Amino acid sequence: MSESVGGVSTPEGPTAGDGPTRDTERVERAAEETARDSGGALALLQTTAGRSLGLVVALILLCAVGMITAGDRFASYDNMMTILRLAATIGVVSIGMTFVITGGGIDLSVGAILALSSVWCTTLSTQTMAEDTHWSVMVVVALLVGAGCGLINGLLIAYGGVVPFIATLAMLASARGLAEIISNRRTQIVHVQAFKDSFNSEIFGIPLIVVIFVLVAAIGWVLLNRTTFGRRTLAVGGNPEAARLAGIHVKRHTVLLYVLLGLCCGIAALMLVSRTTTGSSTHGTLYELDAIAAVVIGGTLLSGGRGTIVGTVFGVLIFTTLTNVFTLNNRSISEQSLLKGLIIVAAVLLQQRLASRKGNT
Amino acid sequence: MSTTTKPGVLLQMTGIVKEFPGVRALGGVDLDVRAGEVHCLLGQNGAGKSTLIKVLAAAYQPDEGTIRWDGVETTLSSPMAAIKLGISTIYQELDLVADLTVAENVFLGHEISRGGISQRSRANRLVRDLLARLGHSEISPTRIVGELSPAGQQIVSMARALSHDTRLLILDEPSAVLDQGEVDNLFRVIRGLTAEGVAVVYISHRLEEIRKIGDRITVLKDGITVATGLAAADTPTSRLIQLMTGRSIEYVFPARPVEARDQGKPVLEVRDLALPGVFSGVDFTVHAGEIVGIAGLVGAGRSEILETVYGARRASTGSVSVDGKQLRRGSVPAAVAAGVGLAPEERKSQGLLLDQAVYRNITISSLGRFARGGFLNSAAERRRATELTTSLDVRPAGVVRAVRTLSGGNQQKVVLARWLLRDCRVLLLDEPTRGVDVGARSEIYALVRTLADSGVAVVVVSSEVEEVLGLSDRVLVIREGVVVHESAATEIDESRVLDLVMEGRVA
Ligand SMILES: Nc1ncnc2c1ncn2[C@@H]1O[C@H](COP(=O)(O)OP(=O)(O)OP(=O)(O)O)[C@@H](O)[C@H]1O
Ligand SMILES: [Mg+2]
Repeated sequence: MSESVGGVSTPEGPTAGDGPTRDTERVERAAEETARDSGGALALLQTTAGRSLGLVVALILLCAVGMITAGDRFASYDNMMTILRLAATIGVVSIGMTFVITGGGIDLSVGAILALSSVWCTTLSTQTMAEDTHWSVMVVVALLVGAGCGLINGLLIAYGGVVPFIATLAMLASARGLAEIISNRRTQIVHVQAFKDSFNSEIFGIPLIVVIFVLVAAIGWVLLNRTTFGRRTLAVGGNPEAARLAGIHVKRHTVLLYVLLGLCCGIAALMLVSRTTTGSSTHGTLYELDAIAAVVIGGTLLSGGRGTIVGTVFGVLIFTTLTNVFTLNNRSISEQSLLKGLIIVAAVLLQQRLASRKGNT
Repeated sequence: MSTTTKPGVLLQMTGIVKEFPGVRALGGVDLDVRAGEVHCLLGQNGAGKSTLIKVLAAAYQPDEGTIRWDGVETTLSSPMAAIKLGISTIYQELDLVADLTVAENVFLGHEISRGGISQRSRANRLVRDLLARLGHSEISPTRIVGELSPAGQQIVSMARALSHDTRLLILDEPSAVLDQGEVDNLFRVIRGLTAEGVAVVYISHRLEEIRKIGDRITVLKDGITVATGLAAADTPTSRLIQLMTGRSIEYVFPARPVEARDQGKPVLEVRDLALPGVFSGVDFTVHAGEIVGIAGLVGAGRSEILETVYGARRASTGSVSVDGKQLRRGSVPAAVAAGVGLAPEERKSQGLLLDQAVYRNITISSLGRFARGGFLNSAAERRRATELTTSLDVRPAGVVRAVRTLSGGNQQKVVLARWLLRDCRVLLLDEPTRGVDVGARSEIYALVRTLADSGVAVVVVSSEVEEVLGLSDRVLVIREGVVVHESAATEIDESRVLDLVMEGRVA
């Protein structure tokens, strides 16, 4: 790097004809190569280590605390699976939330959509067709309800001009209300054995819902980082006017983002229904806050234009591990909330520190 | 280091160094400015001009070097400290708060108040005086700044600078958003100030301006002072260009095709287009391979015409057709699908994704070309982007850096590259060379002409009459939203265009 800097200062003067030009070109090519090399390394550092370094450290610290305080009860295979199973539901929602936030939006209605999906698909099986309902019907219904709610959110925001905060706040209220009406405020017990069986099965000893989470995260990563859809999401979130003038269908894209998140809520609803074998209008309470917190401490910019799936996954893992450690130690929910708040602040501060240090080297 | 300062030297900067991650923007710059002079800073895009003046305005802290003010060594700890000394700056990127009024912007940071209660009417009165002094009494102090044109916003920035007790006024490419008449007006204001002993640092890529207003010139190249104290009036242009670029450049327009091509059917047909209150009855056609230039004053509706053709604004009447097919009114995607591209005037807000890499900014409008089944081939993206940035001489090279870290002129080149990359049938260029240095200008002209030769219909809007005439085949002159003249570019000259444009304006 120092070489290229030294070289650029080609002095003007009585140099012959095209001498300086060639010199500058050479220097610039060299500079470009270094930029590309370090660009690759930097990019890697940014996505996996650099940006997420604070999160990795936090997660390791948490695990250490878990091992010290709860010993083998924490560090067992079963407990790990418990953590992952917990993480899976909120994780899938957070992946979808990453897209919406990166695209410059916000969604407060995820918990309510999840509740509505869970109630709708379970009510269907308990009330209408009783035990003969094929499990795939429940799956389709949950996904459709989720995507439908997302579609309404998206249309209101993109075409109705309602700000995301308000549109999704309205959805939060009405989706939960509808869930209560449908379920008559009763918890719906799932009797469809095939549904319970298929969702509680394991693949190579790993619960299916964890596998689903991993899949959703992987697909999310590819979608955000490797496809035109992801690139357009960054553009729409970073500078909507520029995106519009660049010929991107900004409105349509915004709708798609909310539909995507709604779909994730539908998936999460199925996971929750299978875990608890119930559908309830109180499912997913405060999920919106957990999801937003996980996304933001993961490193996604709340104002849009920058997003990281890897960070979000770490964010989710940190919160669920924290919950687990507290439960194992019989500590109260209140203490847990307090610490969650502190962690959000600490993680964000740490990340900013790391980002600026990276900039200086 | 000598401790004595010549009398009359107001500011002396010595050995200023400023580094950004991976870039040494300033590598030891010397600059001295005398009271009452207009000191011009020249240099290619990315040479470090803006960085230097940001150091002076204390927007950046230098890594090394000393600053003497009135002969006394000073550290400028904060922008407020610089302002208190009497240094007022008009940045290259306008830095106004769009949602506040003109008066609120002018007094931002030093609000007129008594006992904490703001005195709005007094502030408005003071601003009205300042605007009158700048020759723009038509701007109301209570207007919302975001509603003003870029030129209007520039005036507000000027008013803000003058609202302080200014001893040194720094102007970073102020003329980029102004047209001829307004530049003259600006010069009048500058002369008034220098007569009172105010020193001015003036940055511009237009040499003819520097000849007109400048006293002495300092030339920067790659963050180093390569010449200082040159006389603005009689240093030969070739010498200045040699100093700036290290080579000699022919600043010429590419030749027009010799024989008139078979015109055939027009590619772009604009019929009786109107946008209430802005322009009306705009009617023109552009054939394949033709470059049509639009000349007119800032505010005459030139940019609005382009934006309406592009569908970014919804016309009230009239039609736009590409290859004989009429476009849906007010729909950008429809225009884009038909092969229309627009390089907008306000690059920063309308064009760029500042935090994204250069190559991503370039390929965003042609992602389909680099994708298979929705999956992007980033290597191919970077390769194509590198080709374009190399031919446009974007510095520093390397397409993975964030656009935010490029200098103003280099950012312009990136937006332009986006539209040069896209396979357009019709390309609308709004001020394609604003803020671009002499070297890269000829490159851009050549590229535009090559595109036209490959069959693209091009429309160029520019405030520089010379550019419109030199680059285009046919010229439209717009005054107050009406086309007042249309002819081949060779049949009209600069002074005639200026007459047409100004008619009815000079009272
Ligand atoms: N915030 C930043 N981070 C990193 N690099 C920067 C930053 N700002 C400027 N640079 C780099 O510093 C160099 C000088 O930039 P500067 O803006 O001073 O150029 P300039 O002479 O004003 O050019 P122009 O004529 O295009 O406005 C450029 O190479 C630019 O890329
Ligand atoms: Mg600049």
